[in-house]
Amino acid sequence: MRKNKLLTIFTIVVFAFLMIPLFIITVTAFGKGTAITFPIKSFSLKWFYNVLTLDSFKTSFLTSLEVALLATFIALLVGVPAAYALARSGIKGRQLIKSIFLSPTIVPGIVVGFALYQFIILTLKIPVFAGLLVGHFLITLPYVIRIVGSSLEQFDFSIEEAAWSLGSGKVKTFFQIVLPNITSGLSAAFMLAFINSFNNIPVSMFLSGPGVSTFPASLMNYIEYNYNPSVSAVSVLLMLCTVIIMVIVDKTLGIASLAK
Amino acid sequence: MKKRYAFLMIVPGLVILFVCLAMPLLKVIMPTVFAGSYPFHSYIRFFQDEYYLGIFIRTLKIAVITTIICGILGVPTAYFISRCNKKLRGILLAVSIFPLMTNSVIRSFAWINILGSNGIVNTFFMNMGIIKTPLKLLYTDFSITIGSIYLFLPLMIVTVCGVMENIGDDMMEAALSLGANRILAFVKIIFPLSLPGIIVGEILVFTGTLTAYTTPQLLGGNRNLVMATLIYQRAMSLSDWKGAAVISLIMILVTVCVIKAFNTLADKLDKRGENHA
Repeated sequence: MRKNKLLTIFTIVVFAFLMIPLFIITVTAFGKGTAITFPIKSFSLKWFYNVLTLDSFKTSFLTSLEVALLATFIALLVGVPAAYALARSGIKGRQLIKSIFLSPTIVPGIVVGFALYQFIILTLKIPVFAGLLVGHFLITLPYVIRIVGSSLEQFDFSIEEAAWSLGSGKVKTFFQIVLPNITSGLSAAFMLAFINSFNNIPVSMFLSGPGVSTFPASLMNYIEYNYNPSVSAVSVLLMLCTVIIMVIVDKTLGIASLAK
Repeated sequence: MKKRYAFLMIVPGLVILFVCLAMPLLKVIMPTVFAGSYPFHSYIRFFQDEYYLGIFIRTLKIAVITTIICGILGVPTAYFISRCNKKLRGILLAVSIFPLMTNSVIRSFAWINILGSNGIVNTFFMNMGIIKTPLKLLYTDFSITIGSIYLFLPLMIVTVCGVMENIGDDMMEAALSLGANRILAFVKIIFPLSLPGIIVGEILVFTGTLTAYTTPQLLGGNRNLVMATLIYQRAMSLSDWKGAAVISLIMILVTVCVIKAFNTLADKLDKRGENHA
């Protein structure tokens, strides 16, 4: 279609606004000096080397990976059956139950972290890591309910009934017919839940203790006391991971599945 | 499906949510409701305190400005993307999603580099000889606002784009063939049809900005607090658990009210959008 020139320029300006700050970070990561300068005066990879040798980043990166994977896994375990039951059974109050499952999104992350810190860690004396896991489960569950729920709504349940009538058991049908048909929804839910758990800060802020700190939280602490291109280098490495994930998602599920 | 099985599939999740979300919240918040000489005494005191009220108003102000600007920048951009051919649309959508997948620490850090006293903007103006001493851009309401816009604009674009893609080109063509110009057709046809999506986007931006922690912490510093950073400061630096709980409930209530208000607005505004989008 014929495009409006003004709208084209407007869109270019908006995308420049979105991209230039990330571009600047990328350039500054390759600077040689200890101060962050743009444009850089001389090229060096030493900040990348510096980052990869920092122990606090390494341990917290592993912690974040572990928490995000475990939380997403538990959320799938709890969320998929619930989404299936909500889509398939005519129980009363479906809307209400669904909104209860989505309710963690209404409570601000910092409040979730604060309440869990008070209740789980101070009152119940449960280890910090378990508290962190609970917090991240609350982040990931709504993604599973929402995305798996909407792909179940599009699933043609007559296929399931056909399997039943041919003598397949209900549990077997669920695993062999229903689940394989919603794999794209499951994968999208997994990706989004994982990424959002990995990136989350507010929930994790209160839920850290000796040896337990998530990657974004330790990055944030680092920024508050240090101002050098190490942070730019970390950012570039993380953005590289994001690009790789996005390419994989685009090739398998299509990029639009991340826009849910 | 038998009710019993459905029940078994749903209940574990509900129990976990009750134990891990409802109970901690009630345990933390209930004592503050009945503390003092009458119910909600601590809450009334919060709004009577000029310092707290200032932070509350600053938080709302930043959220309102961010929501408006994200709407103004996001809606036309989303419209542009939704009208592109498939290939270009995929690329532009990917470029919009990329910041969403990028950690908010990184996205805020980018603005420290730009707005700091040795940052790009100040260095540029000082080299040009326009200013002699660096402008104080970082650790202001301005830096929090621009950081929030930067944080939530992609969300607005992606959300609105999702709705606009479903509006067929024939709508626009019909309007044009009936004599409307493009701008009029957008205002009269496309905008009302995509209003539900725009409102969802604005809810996400407003509540997101209202409750954001990372960006105000990194770009606002310890002087320019907002509600989220205030909770953390009260609880962790000052051990004022009650104060933090009071702010928590206020934040939850404001979030719920905003969502309700936007949804009521959506219902009252043009109903045509709901039937098509």
